[in-house]
Amino acid sequence: MNFSEVFKQSNQLCKVSPDGKYLATCVQYRLVVRDVETLQILQLYTCLDQISHMDWSSDSLFILCAMYKRGLVQVWSLEQPDWHCKIDEGSIGLVSSRWSPDGRHILNTTEFHLRVTVWSLCTKAVSYIKYPKACQKGIDFSRDGCYMALAERRDCKDFVSVFVCDDWHLLRHFETETQDLAGLEWSPNGCVLAVWDSCLEYKVLLYSLDGRLLSTYSAYEWSLGVKSVTWSPSSQFLAIGSYDEKVRILNHITWKKITQFEHPATINNTKAVVYKEVVKRPAVCSDDLSLHNITIGNTLFNTQSKYEICPTPVQLPVVKPDPDRANPKIGISTLAFSSDSRYLATKNDNMASVVWVWDVQKMSLVAVLEQTTAVRCFQWDPRRPRLALCTGNTKLYLWSPAGCVSVQVPTEGGFQVQSLNWHCSGDSLILLGKEQLCLCYMDNDQEDK
Amino acid sequence: MGEWWTTVPIGTSMGNYEISSISHVTMSPSRQNNLVSSLPLSRSSYNVISAFCTEDNMPQCISYINQELDSLGLCSTRIEASSPGGATINTVSALNAMYEIMTIHRRNMCNLEELEKDQLKTSSNLDHIQMNNSRLKDQLELSIREKSGLHETERQLQLKIKTLQSCLKTEKDEVQKLQSIIASRASQYSHDAKRKERETAKIKERLNQLLVDRKDKKLAMDVLNSVGRSDGKRSHWKTTKTTASHEGEMYKSLLNDYEVSQRSLMLENAELKKVLQQMKKEMIHILSPRPSRDDSRDQAESDGEEKVGDSSRETLDQSCEQAREQLTNSIRQQWRKLRNHMEKLDSQASKVQNQMESNKEVVQRETHEDEMERMRREVQQCKEFIHAQQQLLQQQLHTSFDDETAALLNDCYTLEEKERLKEEWRLFEDQKRNFERERKNFTDAAIRLGREKKAFEEDRASWLKNQFLNMTPFTDRRRCSSSDGQSALSIRSEPEMRMSSTKSPPAKSSTYAAFSTPKPTQSATVPSTTELYRTLRLIPDSSSSRHSKRGCWPESSTIEDGDFRVKSNRIRCGDLSIFSLGGDENSLT
Repeated sequence: MNFSEVFKQSNQLCKVSPDGKYLATCVQYRLVVRDVETLQILQLYTCLDQISHMDWSSDSLFILCAMYKRGLVQVWSLEQPDWHCKIDEGSIGLVSSRWSPDGRHILNTTEFHLRVTVWSLCTKAVSYIKYPKACQKGIDFSRDGCYMALAERRDCKDFVSVFVCDDWHLLRHFETETQDLAGLEWSPNGCVLAVWDSCLEYKVLLYSLDGRLLSTYSAYEWSLGVKSVTWSPSSQFLAIGSYDEKVRILNHITWKKITQFEHPATINNTKAVVYKEVVKRPAVCSDDLSLHNITIGNTLFNTQSKYEICPTPVQLPVVKPDPDRANPKIGISTLAFSSDSRYLATKNDNMASVVWVWDVQKMSLVAVLEQTTAVRCFQWDPRRPRLALCTGNTKLYLWSPAGCVSVQVPTEGGFQVQSLNWHCSGDSLILLGKEQLCLCYMDNDQEDK
Repeated sequence: MGEWWTTVPIGTSMGNYEISSISHVTMSPSRQNNLVSSLPLSRSSYNVISAFCTEDNMPQCISYINQELDSLGLCSTRIEASSPGGATINTVSALNAMYEIMTIHRRNMCNLEELEKDQLKTSSNLDHIQMNNSRLKDQLELSIREKSGLHETERQLQLKIKTLQSCLKTEKDEVQKLQSIIASRASQYSHDAKRKERETAKIKERLNQLLVDRKDKKLAMDVLNSVGRSDGKRSHWKTTKTTASHEGEMYKSLLNDYEVSQRSLMLENAELKKVLQQMKKEMIHILSPRPSRDDSRDQAESDGEEKVGDSSRETLDQSCEQAREQLTNSIRQQWRKLRNHMEKLDSQASKVQNQMESNKEVVQRETHEDEMERMRREVQQCKEFIHAQQQLLQQQLHTSFDDETAALLNDCYTLEEKERLKEEWRLFEDQKRNFERERKNFTDAAIRLGREKKAFEEDRASWLKNQFLNMTPFTDRRRCSSSDGQSALSIRSEPEMRMSSTKSPPAKSSTYAAFSTPKPTQSATVPSTTELYRTLRLIPDSSSSRHSKRGCWPESSTIEDGDFRVKSNRIRCGDLSIFSLGGDENSLT
């Protein structure tokens, strides 16, 4: 495993182009595009203000830089560095900006969710979509980029509009049976739209592309409900994480629950492997206080850690949430299927330092990763069943069915990994610190061995 | 009364009146009592002046006493003056009266004593009862107090229950109220939320309108030159055609998706069917080459199945419903068969296993059982042995304690039998002894007889010789010589012999003579010869029985009688035993 040198970045704005060739990073008001292989700067763009959001177009030709405070969006072309485009939302404000799947339109959501403005780069045309709903996930494009589902709120009722992304033709507009729609998500095959209600009510609705209600699922009533929803890449399963610390898996034929994964504080499952991160502080002996050691003193302050396999039963650390506060830190907030739909990684908010890995084939717990600190982020390798996670310290953790490893990021100045992103090839990882970034190259041959 | 006593001697003229008054007085028992009690006093402090009787008032006294006696119911004994108006009284009658009075007095005293005792008893009883009463009263009071206490607690509890119930009720009411409050608040909240939402929507609308009206100069896109579409095509005009095409696209994609899913399902189905087919084939394969017990019916059935399977295989690609049904049905049938078969096999296997196990164990078990049997028998024997030993020990113990009762207690019958045996044994022993004795006697007698015979022969020979010699001239000499030889021994027998010799010698006399002639040793056994004769005569009879009879019951004389006696004795023995048993039983009871 190799690590690149550290680069500067700000706002954790750092993205690899969809084709995997370029790496775009934002440093204050500058946009830097590098070659992923060589890490040489290919282009340097200067924006009008500090960039708050940056995104690649789907064809990797354009980069969008949004400056929400100014209500400005600037688009840069990689092919034509002279080409420029500036979109000003004016006094109406801007809270969100995104590419349409074709990479020729920009959808801006104005402040107060007054409307969504669609700017076309081809025709310079502007279209407005009124009444977008301010919610967890109000807009979703289908995987093939044909359709866009938009949650709307009109006359105190929830609606879903399905647009054809090609010409923003409203294909379907239907009312949903929700009290307060919280989010929607297309299935990867783009034929089923999952809609879920706010946490006050456990309700998941499944709509066909043509607006027919396929199924309704509700696990329980009264207590806080759905917290997160994820489709499996194969569209076979819909995983629903909820406030009752369980993940329920629905199947795509009957839309009934296949199984549920519980996240107990004590693991009694003997088949599951519990990896516990153990921190070892380097012993400071009199011999070590030599000049040699002081020169490489940086590493001296870094703790070493490794995983130990704990025999079950294992007691996991649990933080009881404050019942008086809204959005209690309990329940499954993050769900992620591996690219082959074989594994599911989950995180229960009241056990923030634990990541659970489930085998979807066997419908059972495979591994539990107990970290010393709260897990910030985890992401599956887009090619292999390999999970990378970070906990805001100087280490990178990787899990695969073969085992678990903790890697010290060998950079100076205490690089703390706050977030990470896989390269689409799965060969490298982008590690994001507070102000820096670093690439981590996987030694795949070694991994395969 | 003292006064009266004093007045009595004052005048006799008033005597009659006095006496009447006294008699009147005596009618009242209290006074009489007083009188009685005062009597010893007056007696002890007897003086002439206060004396009851003086020489002067003798007759009055007598009459008074008589009256008194009458009143006491002693009419028979009257004190009479020995001479009318005389100073002396008839002592006999007086003594009688006194005696009567004394007896009455004693009786009274006795009565009194008894009554006193009774009174004491009753008083003590009364005390006891009173005590009891008070105790019971105390108890009653206590229990009453307890009861009241319990009542109190019950009341309190009830009060508590009531309060709790009221609490519960209030709580319920509270809950209901809260629920209603929550519901009303929720509705209010939702209403408000809706209102606010509407307001915000209105505001948004207005804002939108304003923004549109203001013609925001800033709201613009500044593009160097527009870029081409990603697909390279030019954009189309929005027409109904396009919308229709969009619809078509959507449906196409939907259809595609459904087709894809259907294809995957078909694939899955086919796979499953293949699995089913394979299963079925294997089942048939398993089931058909069944061993000899596989009858023709089964075979035919399986053939039929095969056909069905073939047909279903043919129709598999068509995935016709009928074929599917057929397939599943046949599979089900086969499966049932297989299951049955498996179950049979399982049971057989288990049986075989059991058998194997049992076979393994059979040898062991048989030997085991034999061994067990043997051991059991041994144990039984040992037990019996122990039991017998115990019994014997107990018997011994019992006999050592008390011979008779123990023996009788333990086993009367065996004892009886034993005794009978013992008796018989003794009889037998006696008989044997007698027999021995008789045999000895007989042999002795036989020997003696032989000797006497010899002596007799000798005598006869000598006599014949004498006779012959008498007839011959050497008679005298011969006689002398012979007499010389026997001179000391047969002094008395000589004349007899002579006498007999003079007479013609009959057999009897000769024998007598012969008896008299024997040697001095034989002379001692002379009295036994009679016996010998008798025995000789009696031997063929039941001498032994007679002897035994003589041993047991000397009074018996005849054999039959003896036999009878024996029998009767036995009976008697039985009776005896029975009696003794009865006696024992009596003693036991």
